[in-house]
Amino acid sequence: MGTIIIFIQKAIVQGMGILFGAEGEILTEKSGNLNLGIPGIMYMGGIAGLMGAFFYEKGTENPNAFVGMLISLICAFLCAMLGGLIYSILTITLRANQNVTGLALTTFGTGFGNFFGGSISKLAGGVGQISVSTTASAYQAKIPGLSKIPVIGSIFFSYGFLTYVALLLAILLSFFLFRTRNGLNLRAVGENPGTADAAGINVSKYKYLATCIGAGIAGLGGLYFVMEYSGGTWTDNGFGDRGWLAVALVIFAMWKPINAIWGSILFGALYILYLYIPGLGRSTQEIFKALPYVVTIIVLVFISFRKKKEDQPPEGLGQAYFREER
Amino acid sequence: MNKEPMFHMSKRESITLGKRIMIYVAAILLALIVCAAVIVGLVHMNPLGVYKAIFDGALGSSRRIWITIRDTLVLLCIAVGLAPAFKMRFWNIGAEGQVLIGGVVSAACMIYLSDKVPNVVLILLMLAGSAIGGLIWGLIPTFFKAHWNTNETLFTLMMNYVAMQVVTFCICFWENPKGSNSVGIINQATQAGWLPSVAGNAYFWNVVIVTILTVAMFIYLKYSKQGYEVAVVGESDSTARYAGINVSKVMLRTMAISGAICGIAGFILVSGSAHTISTSTANGRGFTAIIVAWMAKFNTFIMILIAFGLVFMEKGATQIASQYGLNENASSIMLGIILFFLLGAEFFINYKIERNRK
Amino acid sequence: MEQTYAIELHNITKRFGSVTANEKVDLEVKKGEILCLLGENGSGKTTLMNMISGIYYPDEGMIKVDGREVRIRSPKDSFDLGIGMVHQHFKLVDILTAAENIILGLPGKQILNMKQVNKEILELAVKYGFEIDPKKKIYQMSVSEKQTVEIIKLLYRGARILILDEPTAVLTPQEADRLFEVLKNMKKDGCSIILITHKLHEVLSVSDRVSILRKGLYIDTVKTSEATVESLTEMMVGAKVELNIDRPEPVNPVKRLELKNVTCKDINEVVTLDHADLTVYGGEILGIAGISGGGQKELLEAIAGLQPVSEGSITFYPEENQSKEIANLDVADIRALGVRLAFVPEDRLGMGLVGSMDMTDNIMLRSYQRGKSNFLDRKTPGELAQKIKDQLEIVTPSISAPVGQMSGGNVQKVLVGREIAQKPKVLMVAYPTRGIDINSSYAIYNLLNEQKKKGVAVICVIEDLDVLLELCDRIAVLCGGQITGVLDGRTAKKDEVGVLMTKHEKGGVSHE
Repeated sequence: MGTIIIFIQKAIVQGMGILFGAEGEILTEKSGNLNLGIPGIMYMGGIAGLMGAFFYEKGTENPNAFVGMLISLICAFLCAMLGGLIYSILTITLRANQNVTGLALTTFGTGFGNFFGGSISKLAGGVGQISVSTTASAYQAKIPGLSKIPVIGSIFFSYGFLTYVALLLAILLSFFLFRTRNGLNLRAVGENPGTADAAGINVSKYKYLATCIGAGIAGLGGLYFVMEYSGGTWTDNGFGDRGWLAVALVIFAMWKPINAIWGSILFGALYILYLYIPGLGRSTQEIFKALPYVVTIIVLVFISFRKKKEDQPPEGLGQAYFREER
Repeated sequence: MNKEPMFHMSKRESITLGKRIMIYVAAILLALIVCAAVIVGLVHMNPLGVYKAIFDGALGSSRRIWITIRDTLVLLCIAVGLAPAFKMRFWNIGAEGQVLIGGVVSAACMIYLSDKVPNVVLILLMLAGSAIGGLIWGLIPTFFKAHWNTNETLFTLMMNYVAMQVVTFCICFWENPKGSNSVGIINQATQAGWLPSVAGNAYFWNVVIVTILTVAMFIYLKYSKQGYEVAVVGESDSTARYAGINVSKVMLRTMAISGAICGIAGFILVSGSAHTISTSTANGRGFTAIIVAWMAKFNTFIMILIAFGLVFMEKGATQIASQYGLNENASSIMLGIILFFLLGAEFFINYKIERNRK
Repeated sequence: MEQTYAIELHNITKRFGSVTANEKVDLEVKKGEILCLLGENGSGKTTLMNMISGIYYPDEGMIKVDGREVRIRSPKDSFDLGIGMVHQHFKLVDILTAAENIILGLPGKQILNMKQVNKEILELAVKYGFEIDPKKKIYQMSVSEKQTVEIIKLLYRGARILILDEPTAVLTPQEADRLFEVLKNMKKDGCSIILITHKLHEVLSVSDRVSILRKGLYIDTVKTSEATVESLTEMMVGAKVELNIDRPEPVNPVKRLELKNVTCKDINEVVTLDHADLTVYGGEILGIAGISGGGQKELLEAIAGLQPVSEGSITFYPEENQSKEIANLDVADIRALGVRLAFVPEDRLGMGLVGSMDMTDNIMLRSYQRGKSNFLDRKTPGELAQKIKDQLEIVTPSISAPVGQMSGGNVQKVLVGREIAQKPKVLMVAYPTRGIDINSSYAIYNLLNEQKKKGVAVICVIEDLDVLLELCDRIAVLCGGQITGVLDGRTAKKDEVGVLMTKHEKGGVSHE
C-alpha cells in the first residue's frame, strides 16, 4: 500500500514538468507551428527562473520566499517567451523551415541553460554551488492540513503549487480551445489558415501569440524541475530528455490538453516504473525507460491507421502560411 | 480606406550566385557581431581577442586541427546521409538514433567478435553491420509513412529516444569496469576493431570513408537514375506518378540509403574516434546535421563548408570558455545564434522587399 | 420612382498584363431577383465576380451598392457591404462543425454559446428551407451539405447579395432542385442572387434575368421569360470566327484505342466519368469538348494510367488484329507493354514538368529509365532539348535554365515537344493553348497536325469552340461525365456543340 502511494506520488512529480511542456506545445501546434524548440525553451525558462531568484536572494538581506517566487515565475515565463519569439520571427515573418528552426532553438536553449547554470556562480563572484533555498521553499510548500490526511492527502495534496497550476492550466487550455471564440479561431488557423484568413482572422497574430504564450507555459515546466523537483539547484542536462517527452506527450494526448493530464502521469509512471518492479535487472530497467516513446509511436501509428479526423495533427502543422500574392 | 503598407515582398524568380553569397556573408557577419557582443558582455574580453581565441581553439595546433577535421567529418557524414531524404522532402529527424544504432552495432562487433575473426574482417563486419542497423532504424518509420502516411517527422524523432535506451540497455552488459555505468575504451590493448592509423595519422580512414561517401552521394543525386527519381518525388507526387515512378518504392529505397549512411557515421564515431559507446556518442550531431543538410540545399560539397564552419565555431567557443573558466556550453549558444541568422538570411534569398510606390 | 439596384457595375475593365479579362462590363442586379451570369469558360465571369467580392480591384469603372458608389478593396470591404460569394472550392475547416464554421472569425462574446448559435442557424434554415445539422462536422458532410453551410455562413453574417459560382456543378439533379427552392425563398425575402452557370435549363427555370459575357465582353442582359435555349446559346458562343487553322484530310484512319463503358470515381466515390464509350483512330484529331469538370481530365488520365478505372475497358490496338488492355495499369506498366502513349496534362508545371529542373532534365522525365546503366544519360536528352528548343523556337537563355522561369507558351512547347519526341501512337493533349499567345498557339496546332499526318491518334481537350471546330476531325462532347455526342468536326455547328455541352440527361444523342 505504502509503496503504491509513493509510486503514484513520484509519477505525478515526474509528470508535471512534462505536462507544462506539453501544454505549451499543444497551444503552439494548434496554431500550425511545430515547435521542436520546446526542449530548449524549457531550459531557458528553468535557468531564467533560477537566476532571477538567485540574484534576488543574493541582493537582499532577508529574502522573502513569496517575492522570490514571483520574480522567478516572471523571469522564467518571459525568458521562455523570448525563445518563442525568436522561433516566431524566423518561421512566421521570415518563413524559415519550422523543423530546422526548432532544432536550432533547442541547441541554443539547451546551451543557454547549461551555460548559465554552470557559470552563474562564477559570474556572481564565485559563491560555489548555487541554491535558492528560500524561493524553492515557496515552490515546495505543501498545502497545510490537507496534505496530512492519510492516503488521500499523500496522493492529492502533497505537492507544491505548480502542480495545481499545471492541472488548472490544462483545464483552462481545454476550455479556451474548445469553448471560446478565440480558441475556435486559433484551431481554424492551425487547421486551414487560408480559410481562417478568408474569414477575417489575422493568421500571423494568432500564430505569434500562440507560439509565444505556449513557449512561456513550457518554460514553467523548466522552472518546475529546477524549483520543485530539484529544490532550487541546477544540474547540467538535468532535465534529460524530458523536453522531448513533452513533444511526445502532445502526440500521445492527441492534441487534447485534458488527455495530457493523465498522459503526463502515465509517462511519469512509465519513467520510474522500473524502480518499483521487484527483481528487474538493470538492463530490463533500461528497456522500461523506452516505454513512453514506444507507446507514443504506437499511438502515432494507430491514429494514422484509423484515420479518425479528430485525432489527427492539425492539418496545417509544419507549414508556413502566406496569402496568395495578388 | 485601408492604409497601404510601406513595403511589400515578392518571391524572387532567381538570384545570382554573387548576391546569394553576399546575403550569407552579411548574415554571418551580423551573427559574429552579436556573438562577440554576448562574449564581451559576459567576460569583458576584447572582441578581436575573441576571434583570435576562436581561431586558436579550432586551428591553433596540429592536434586541434585534426580534432576539428575529425568532428567535421562526422557531421558531414550524417548530413550526407540526410541529403537524399531531405531532397525527397522526407523529414528524417531521426539521424541521431540512426547514428546511435550504427554505433551500437559497431561496438557489439568489437566486443563479441574481436577474438574470433581477423581485424580486417572485423572492421568490414562493423561497417556493414552499422549500415544495416541504421538502415533498419530508418526504414521502420518509412514503412509506416509509405503505407499509412504516418507523420515521419514525429515518428523519426521518437525513434531517437528508443535508440538511446537501446544504447543504455547495451551498456548494462558491456560496462567496464563494472559499476562505472560506462563502457570505457573498447579493446584498448589490442585495438581490435579500431580504424588503424596510417602513417601515424589516426583519422586517415575517417577521411577516406567520408570523402568517398560525400563524392558518391553527390554523384548519386546528380547523375544516377535513382537520384533523379528522388528529385522528382521531392518535387511532386503527381509528377512522379506521371513519370511512371513508384513513389513508395523510391521512398523506402531512399530512406534505406539515408539510414545506412547515418549508421556508418555511428561506425566512424565508435571505430574511428571514440572507441566506446554511450548515449552521448552522437551528442546532438544528428540534429545539427539536419541544419547542415538543409542549408546546403542538398549539395554535399557545400555541406563540407557548412559543417566545417559550424565545428570551427564550436571549437573556438570551447576554447574561449576554457580560457575564461566558462563552461563549454557557450559554444551551443554561439552555434544557435549563427544558425538563427543563417535561417533568417534564407528569407532574403527567396524574397525581395520593395518599397511601395505611391 | 426610379428603382434602385442592389448592385450596379458600370464600365468595369480588368486587365492582367496584356490580357484583358473584362472590358467595359455593365451589370445590374435588382433587389429580390435572381440574375444568371452566363458565359463559356474564360469569358471573364469569375474575374468579374472576384471584383465584387474584393479579391481583385478593377482597373476602370464604378461599382454602386444600394445606389451609393463604393470601393471594394478587400474581401472584408465586400463583406461589410453585405456581399457574399460561395466559391467553387469551399472555404471550410474540416474538423469543425457546421455551426463553428459559420461563426468563424466573427466578433462577439468570448465564451461561446453554441446552443444559441445552433438555434439561430436552425431558425435561418427554417426560414429559407435549408436542411442542416449545425452540430455535424464538415468532413462527415456530402458536397451539397457543405454548400449549404457556405450559404448559411453568408446569410448568418447578414449578406443580402449572394454570388454562387457554378453551385450545381457538384450536385445531383435532386440536390440542385432543392437548392433552387431555397434560392427562390431567399429572393422572396429580398435577397439578390447572382448565379454563375453554364446549364441553360437551370438558367431558364430559376432566373429572372440573364446577363451574357463572351471573351471578357459584356454582350447583353435579357429577361428569362423572353429567352430560349437557342437564343442564349447563340449569345453565349457568338458567331463563328474564322481562324484559318489547317485541317488536312485524315489518311487511312485505323482503330487505335477503344474505350468501353469506362467509369471513374473520385476519392469521395462521386462518379466523374460515367460509362464512357469512345473510339479513337490513328491519323485523326479527336477533339473533346465540355464544360470544365465534365470528366475531360478523368478521361485522359484514365487512358494515361493515372486514374483508377472502376468499370469498363480501355483497349489499345498496336496493329490490326492485336490488342492490349491498359485499363488500371500504371504509367510504368503501360510503358512496359510497349504502348507508346504521350500525354500533355492540364497542370503543366504540377504534373507534366518539374519547374525547378532545366530543359534537359525535363526532357528525360518520361524516358530516363532507358538503357541498362544505373546512371543517367544526359547527352541524348540534351541534344533532343537543343533540337526541340531550335525547332519550336523556345525562348530561354539556355537549355540549362529552369523551365519554371519560362513563359507559359514556352513551357507548353517544351512539354509538347518532349511528348512528341517519344514518337507516340497516341498523343493526348489537355488544353494545348490555354494561356498561350496567338503565335505559339498556331505553332502548337501545326505540331498536332504533323502528328496526325504521321498516323498518330491525337486526342485534344480544347475549351475554345472555334478552335475545336477548325482543328478536329471529330468532336466528342462530355457533360457531367457522360459522352453526350460525337460530331463530325467538318459539319458540326457551334450551337450544336454548345447544346450537347449543357445537355444533362442520360443517354445522349449519338451523331456518329
